[in-house]
Amino acid sequence: MTHAASPDRVQDPGRARAVLHYLRRNKSLGFGLFALLALLAFTVIGLLVIDPNDAYPLAAPTRRAPSWDYPFGTDFFGRDMMAVMVVGMWQTAFIGVVAGGIGTFLGVVLGFTSAYFGGWTDSVIRVTCQILTPIPVLLIQVVVAGSLDKRDVTIFTMALIVVMLAWMAPTLVIRAQVLTMKERQFVSVAKLSGVSDMGIIFKEIFPNLLPFVAAAFVGQIFLAVFASFYLAVLGLGPLREPLLGNIIWLAQAQGAFFNGWWWWPIAPSVGMILILGSLALINMGLDELANPRVRKSE
Amino acid sequence: MSSVKAQDRQASASQGADLLPVLRVQNLEVTYFTDAGRAKALDDLSFSLKAGEKLGIVGESGSGKSTLALAMMRMIKAPGRIEGGQVMVGDTDLMALSDEEMRQSRLQRIAYIPQGAMNSLNPVMRIGAQMLDAVKSHVEGVSKAEMVERCLAALESVDLGRGVYQMFPHELSGGMKQRVCIAIGILLQPQVIIADEPTSALDVVTQRQVMETIDRVRTKINAAVILIGHDMGLMAQFVDRVAVMYAGRLVEVASVREMFTDPQQPYSRALIDCLPNLKVKGVFQGIPGLAPSLLRLPSGCAFHPRCAHVMDICRTTRPEARTEPDGRSTICHLFDTGVQ
Amino acid sequence: MANLLELNNVSKTYTSGLINKSSNTALRDFSLQLDEDEPTIVTVAGESGSGKTTLAMLLLGFIKPTTGQIIYRGKDISTLRGRERLDFRREVQAVFQDPFAVFNPFYTVDHLLSVPIKKFKLAKSKAEARDKMDEVLTAVGLRPEDIIGRFPHQLSGGQRQRINVARALLLKPRLLIADEPVSMVDASLRASILETLRNLQRDHGVSIIYITHDLTTAYHIAKSIVVLYRGAVMEAGDVEAVIKNPRHPYTRLLIDSIPWPNLDQRWGEQEIIARESTDANTGCPFYGRCSKAMERCKLPAPLFQIEPHQAAACFLYDDQHQIDAACLSEILPA
Repeated sequence: MTHAASPDRVQDPGRARAVLHYLRRNKSLGFGLFALLALLAFTVIGLLVIDPNDAYPLAAPTRRAPSWDYPFGTDFFGRDMMAVMVVGMWQTAFIGVVAGGIGTFLGVVLGFTSAYFGGWTDSVIRVTCQILTPIPVLLIQVVVAGSLDKRDVTIFTMALIVVMLAWMAPTLVIRAQVLTMKERQFVSVAKLSGVSDMGIIFKEIFPNLLPFVAAAFVGQIFLAVFASFYLAVLGLGPLREPLLGNIIWLAQAQGAFFNGWWWWPIAPSVGMILILGSLALINMGLDELANPRVRKSE
Repeated sequence: MSSVKAQDRQASASQGADLLPVLRVQNLEVTYFTDAGRAKALDDLSFSLKAGEKLGIVGESGSGKSTLALAMMRMIKAPGRIEGGQVMVGDTDLMALSDEEMRQSRLQRIAYIPQGAMNSLNPVMRIGAQMLDAVKSHVEGVSKAEMVERCLAALESVDLGRGVYQMFPHELSGGMKQRVCIAIGILLQPQVIIADEPTSALDVVTQRQVMETIDRVRTKINAAVILIGHDMGLMAQFVDRVAVMYAGRLVEVASVREMFTDPQQPYSRALIDCLPNLKVKGVFQGIPGLAPSLLRLPSGCAFHPRCAHVMDICRTTRPEARTEPDGRSTICHLFDTGVQ
Repeated sequence: MANLLELNNVSKTYTSGLINKSSNTALRDFSLQLDEDEPTIVTVAGESGSGKTTLAMLLLGFIKPTTGQIIYRGKDISTLRGRERLDFRREVQAVFQDPFAVFNPFYTVDHLLSVPIKKFKLAKSKAEARDKMDEVLTAVGLRPEDIIGRFPHQLSGGQRQRINVARALLLKPRLLIADEPVSMVDASLRASILETLRNLQRDHGVSIIYITHDLTTAYHIAKSIVVLYRGAVMEAGDVEAVIKNPRHPYTRLLIDSIPWPNLDQRWGEQEIIARESTDANTGCPFYGRCSKAMERCKLPAPLFQIEPHQAAACFLYDDQHQIDAACLSEILPA
């Protein structure tokens, strides 16, 4: 928005500086974002550098310790661990974003509909969420993944299995926020200004919920990545793909530690810790951002 | 412990020792160090109060009056800092006490009823439990039965039935909750009570009831009362002296009659002129301009951009307080010696 | 003479609970007529719980009456659809109490002005819209360059409330509901806001319903007054008469409790009786606090006309001519 400068107005510090300043104060968010960006850089640059085929069996000599040619070593099946890390992280990111995205989208749509229109719609959606929430997610995921034909298990189906029981929490959170927002006076004023119901949802309420939606999205990504990880570690993932959890399962099945191939499970473990850790930190940091009291003190 | 103090006070009151000020604030300075700069919320503030006297501190939003209350209670939090000054209650300088001693002094020597106090009551605790909390943390060696009795007595003195002791906050109306807060404030019979906008969310009739309650308890324990607010009408009906605050300074302190009939400082005069009066219908008056942000105060006298009597000196030099023997003080170049 | 607004025996009751139903009558049998050709300012005065906010919500069409009808320019507002509903929205506006709450914190403050311009097609181009915004902002004493592009938290309460009033100026409605427009504003600013509202009525033909608990500002701005207590009309009439010479015990208590900024006008001559009873669904709502309560008061009192422009709903005046609740507007001066 352009405006004429007037001499006695305080100079607003630039947007970028304000953001950096905030990140310094909100250490969780700062560290988390930094770690995640580093990981993303690793993956993106990696994809440009390595040959993805190296992440599949028989691409390299087997059971080599880390060396100049193979910085992360190779595994029992002849996968170049470096390529594995790159492709594996990319696939993990894919599952995370797709599953997380679908879960968040469902949460937003259902949460809004439920809260804004109330009545029967609200009761049905709310009760469904509340009934489904106590269901042990791990159990259902394991059962579903275990019953699928091995050939049907791909990263897509993994994403769907994860989403299946993840959408309830964002729905309830968004619903709660919309319920309070729609009583706010600026919504009444918008109605008085002739704004339609849809207009109020999209233009008045939704922008204010962006922090919550972002936090829900990060939370969903975390759940999705974590679920794909533990399902893969249990051997239920698409075994051919170099998903980090798969690698750990395979390494454990071949007794990697006992055989002295320590580099095989270490790399994906560290990778997983970094991914989940950075997501968790971002989640905590966003929690703080979404709290209006904190924002006001800037 | 407190009962001994109360006896002392009643004894000294009868000796005429209540002529000595029970509260003396001297050169109080508070600055807020914010990202956008330094804001001087209290600038060399001084005033005094006798036992049983009522002082009203009037100011518009942004004048620093709530900061004054918090500063006296030593409850200023970062980014604010008390930079100097003394707050003498009786013979004790609150600023010189240790943290633990200050904690003891709160409620016992000086009590604070904050704005929106009724919202500060814990919604899941009974009123009685909250009152006991306050007593227990200050008084030792007193049996529980005696503490409960003291709480019940406090409730009665604010015109609430003893049954309120067992109730939860949501069962009470706004006015009743506010009276509970007053009851908590007087539990330990402090020497000074600071009431910060105690009636802002209350209706006119409830407001009167609450103010009359404060008056009654004040008489009973002979406490000095500071009423902080922005409603001049409330001041006229309640206080003995009025102090007008603007941009962190007390620009005028006078008796309530002097303030309403002959205000001297231009800002106080403008405030009095703003008041609607029932004699002439439809005449409105305001003060042009806006209150300055404490971050960017005008040079010289902070009021000069809005003053109808501005002189050259007002733009450059900070006026100092001129105190008369009867306690009246004004901060304005119009009253410097030599100027009429 | 057509009526701009008609409230015909409007009541609003809230019931809650599934098994133990408890009901609360927020507004009881309220009637009012406003003339289309003679814009006026009516004050609806009362404490919290009096029903004044409910009345505002009913008038703006945010809630529906339990019984009775609200008729705007000949049409029941609950039946309005489409084009007619948009016209209603355009012509009936509000200024609310809290200067901060009306702003959407995500947008700059011009959002408050630009949205209605767009929705009601008040300008043909962006430039024209900007001109209109500048015009009304200047009219309320603000500098457009200080306001446009700012976020609500960057402005003071007084500035924000002035923008609210500017919005009313911009829309020039036929009926403006002003719900405590100056109670959260500093004294030095109240004057200019009230002056602007008065100008709206005088120069632009806007009828204003001024809702407040502060009788001093009501006295200065309105011509007629209706005093509510717990949803029922206690007293009504010419504002001079009611404030200078209140008849109903409740109005008397109210006037007596006003903190006059005048040392010779003391409050507190009347004692406040704290018989705070909760269920006063039958009979006079003020029974529990009235110093003059009689046995008769267990039944609701009708309005008795004491002067041509002053009526009180109190059995103390039952020797006067009784008027029907629906004829309330006849008491109010034109």
